[in-house]
Amino acid sequence: MIYALCFVLFLIGLYGVTCKKNIVKIILGMVIMEYAVNLFLILSGWRKGGQPPIMDSQTNMETFVSRAVDPLPQALVLTSIVIGLGVLSLMVAIAIRLYERYGTFDITEMRRLKG
Amino acid sequence: MTNNIITLVALPLGMAFFIPMIGRKLRWAPDLLGNITTFALLVIAAGCFQKQGIYHLGGWPAPLGIVLVLDGLSSLLLLIVNLISFLATLFSVQYLEKLYTSKLRYYSLFLLMVAGMNGAVLTGDFFNLFVFLEIASIASYALVGFGCEAEELEASFKYLVIGSVASTFILFGVALFYSHFATLNMADIASHLKESGFDQISIVASVLILVGFFVKAALVPFHAWLPDAHPSAPAPISAMLSGVLIKAIGIYPLARLAYNILGMTPLLVSVFTYLGIISMMIGVLMALAQWDFKRLLAYHSISQMGYVILGLGLGTPLGILGGLFHLFNHSLFKSLLFLDSGSVEYETGTRQLEKLGQLAKKMPVTSTSTLVASLSISGIPPFNGFWSKLVIIMACLQASRPGLALWAVLGSILTLASFSKIQRYVFLGQGKDFDLEAAKQWHEVPLLMRIPLLVLTTLCLFGGIFLIGGLEGPLGPGVRALVENSTVYISKVLGR
Repeated sequence: MIYALCFVLFLIGLYGVTCKKNIVKIILGMVIMEYAVNLFLILSGWRKGGQPPIMDSQTNMETFVSRAVDPLPQALVLTSIVIGLGVLSLMVAIAIRLYERYGTFDITEMRRLKG
Repeated sequence: MTNNIITLVALPLGMAFFIPMIGRKLRWAPDLLGNITTFALLVIAAGCFQKQGIYHLGGWPAPLGIVLVLDGLSSLLLLIVNLISFLATLFSVQYLEKLYTSKLRYYSLFLLMVAGMNGAVLTGDFFNLFVFLEIASIASYALVGFGCEAEELEASFKYLVIGSVASTFILFGVALFYSHFATLNMADIASHLKESGFDQISIVASVLILVGFFVKAALVPFHAWLPDAHPSAPAPISAMLSGVLIKAIGIYPLARLAYNILGMTPLLVSVFTYLGIISMMIGVLMALAQWDFKRLLAYHSISQMGYVILGLGLGTPLGILGGLFHLFNHSLFKSLLFLDSGSVEYETGTRQLEKLGQLAKKMPVTSTSTLVASLSISGIPPFNGFWSKLVIIMACLQASRPGLALWAVLGSILTLASFSKIQRYVFLGQGKDFDLEAAKQWHEVPLLMRIPLLVLTTLCLFGGIFLIGGLEGPLGPGVRALVENSTVYISKVLGR
């Protein structure tokens, strides 16, 4: 169920990117898409009543394996958040420069490239 | 030698941050360090050519840790990437001096892009592939908008949005694979797919990843960003984008995915061949109508990528040989053409075919190299493009698909037509708005810009010799890396 919602969130983001005319809304759509994927990654490592995957000398191996959450998706999500931040900041920077040049955020008015 | 392959990623990554640190004080440093770095990379990549090897990052064994895999295919791609990047940096030295500011940022982004491409070609881990892909892509988004003019920013934004949607698709596919198989290692996923077959989740994941890479490789229904993005960048960057970027992060992962991980099914064969034909024809037809020098070249990139994917998609050893050889040749002649357009722009300050004319006498080196590259891309006999197109057409016939061969020949003829337009307006004749007064000051570009042109011209002339030996020749290991079914790849990477 929650995975389906994740996919719906992804599609909402895709709708924002493809159908909106305003640059800011396109950027927001992009962010929603990225966050849907991040949420999906985090969910794939989730388990009910899990414990942090940290071992020490007193840890019982069997309960540890049966209860610890998978730490790898969290590392992946951290990386993908950082990448998303890079893309987002570049996107916003270009949007500001575009506003300086064209005086608008509407992509239908930015049509110097054709063909 | 295999311990060296990590330097192919680490060296440009380190230098990308080292150059801005010292470049503010020493004005000559970015040029010198940038060129030394790319030359060192070229030497290392040439040393790795045709070698095999696995490098375990941090010493962790294969399915758990990240591996870098060097085999016939990735060593071929590494050679191409680093050769073109060295020639492009050599060309940049004086080109940027005149037309752009801030060499510091330019070299920094350039080396980041090279690091991303080398990493994407080498890696054997899906998430790592995504990370390197994004490093290369983000650097290229910034480089496309490097001039900060209105058109360049518009192209950069378009490229950025479409490119990041594609990357998100790839990441979603990778996440699905991870949640299904609990592994990120490509060979491990391949072995799981082999055992359990395709169920719904793995089909969705593969389709998401394939679509993402189709966008990155700019095949036709997914090509909208390329004709804007490639012409807007500075010329050496256009040469890098068209020459190697769409191959290293588009075609190469597609080939790896299709052959070594998913396994080539009849469905994939038809998807690849039809996408190839459509890209080939639409690219070349759109190119015929262009009046901007670089935009015309950008449409030809789409068309030539169609040839490559057609050859790779046939699935026969001969087809793969033709596809890989055309990939190699395309990186040579398309970079040469973009560098030529750069030197025309350097002298005349314009790219509009209507405003140019009579450059054949004034710029002999540029015009000769453009002529060689045009003949080569159109597939005229002694040049390298002819041999690779011939192999692709023969492979179509051998696979008893004569219809495909016919389309390939037709595409080649139309290519010749659009390049005769360039010769007519830029070099031999003159355009409508040609200004004789301004033309008196045009002359040949400086020596440092001529060297890359001459090197690439020579390679285009004699590139055909790489075909000698066919499947046993220099391209053989690359072909074998794909033809061998995924079992060999799995056992090579996982060691079992």
